[in-house]
Amino acid sequence: MSELFDCRGLSCPEPVMQARQALQQAAESRVTVLVSNAVARDNVARTAKTLGWQVDIEEDGEDYRLSIWK
Amino acid sequence: MRDRLFIIIAGSAVGLLAVVLVAQGNPVNMGFCIACFVRDVAGGLGLHRAGVVQYLRPEIMGLIIGAFITAFYVREFKSTGGSSPVLRFALGMLMMAGALIFLGCPLRMVLRLAGGDWNALVALPGYVLGVWFGTLFLRKGFTLGRSSEQSPVNGYTGPFIAVVLLVLLVAAPAYIFFSEEGPGSMAAPLALALGAGLLVGVLAQRTRLCTMGAIRDVILFKDFHLFSGFIAILIVAFAGNLLTGYFNPGFIGQPVAHVSSLWNFLGMTVVGLAAVLAGGCPMRQLILTGEGQGDALVTVLGMGAGAAFMHNFGLAGSPAGVSPAGQWIVFISLALLAVIGFGNIKKRAAAKKQERAKAS
Repeated sequence: MSELFDCRGLSCPEPVMQARQALQQAAESRVTVLVSNAVARDNVARTAKTLGWQVDIEEDGEDYRLSIWK
Repeated sequence: MRDRLFIIIAGSAVGLLAVVLVAQGNPVNMGFCIACFVRDVAGGLGLHRAGVVQYLRPEIMGLIIGAFITAFYVREFKSTGGSSPVLRFALGMLMMAGALIFLGCPLRMVLRLAGGDWNALVALPGYVLGVWFGTLFLRKGFTLGRSSEQSPVNGYTGPFIAVVLLVLLVAAPAYIFFSEEGPGSMAAPLALALGAGLLVGVLAQRTRLCTMGAIRDVILFKDFHLFSGFIAILIVAFAGNLLTGYFNPGFIGQPVAHVSSLWNFLGMTVVGLAAVLAGGCPMRQLILTGEGQGDALVTVLGMGAGAAFMHNFGLAGSPAGVSPAGQWIVFISLALLAVIGFGNIKKRAAAKKQERAKAS
């Protein structure tokens, strides 16, 4: 099971801060983050990669679903 | 790495264009100053009657329209809003209040530094302090809440206002005010100023260049991405000023500046803190406005109202210094920012989870 963080409607740095906290204390090896703007998408993806995780991004209607795993 | 190079190029372009705009007529060390230019626009519309700072600065319209066209082209234009609009308006006003105490937005602070105005060197640590205060609120869980998707009309409003201002500038009807002396009368040719604004609008939209994010991300995440753009502006503008003879080091006699160090420092503390809480520096707010964010447009409108307020009540700084009433405004601004900061702290999902784990 993967943990889901809904950061839709939030603008940076909030999604990045949530994602960082989630990744640093993740119990699962897979975390999903939902964001609704391109800035948050890019920043969360960059943060995850910096912390050593892999990221898959898919468009979900008007939003983006980031599957983060390692 | 490609991203890093791109943001350095964007920062360099801002620095270079700032020097060119000054050489072509803008006030010295004011190639770009978003706070000053929004203030000038407010004056041009007659919202304040400070006769020396009234002009519909085309750089402002260029930034919004440039960001709009780019966002539209790369499919990042999205009509959103509804995240604490009243508080965002207030944050725009407070950001402008601080900027008009110092006499410049963070971007102009960098350009003043690049021109050898050491008063900006005093303001810089004040700005960093303000941003640092802001990150404390963010770490505690400060948020203005979620924005939601809105009808396209909302998103088009900002770019539409920019086009209307441009039409008014070109038509120059009698009811628009144009300074005949002072900084408001000094301006690069319209086409050049508009073109520079458009180009920076494009680059800033793509790179997310932000003078507040630059400092904030270093403090929060030790992330130097935006910071490298910030430094590029400084270095290129400095080199340009040296070459064109505009580098003039010292504290005294600097253009559109005063030497009251305490107020330079604290004015920028207000700007730094307000910018963190609002999620972007004055320039970034213009770019987000172009991307369709109603929340950013509300912030910009707040900046315009703040400028009118500061000038109509004699609160803005001037080369003579900061009036006693203006000094009070600094403390009132800091107090209001603290209220907004403390009043919007929410625990995040991840933090809640940690607490639950501890409890069970």
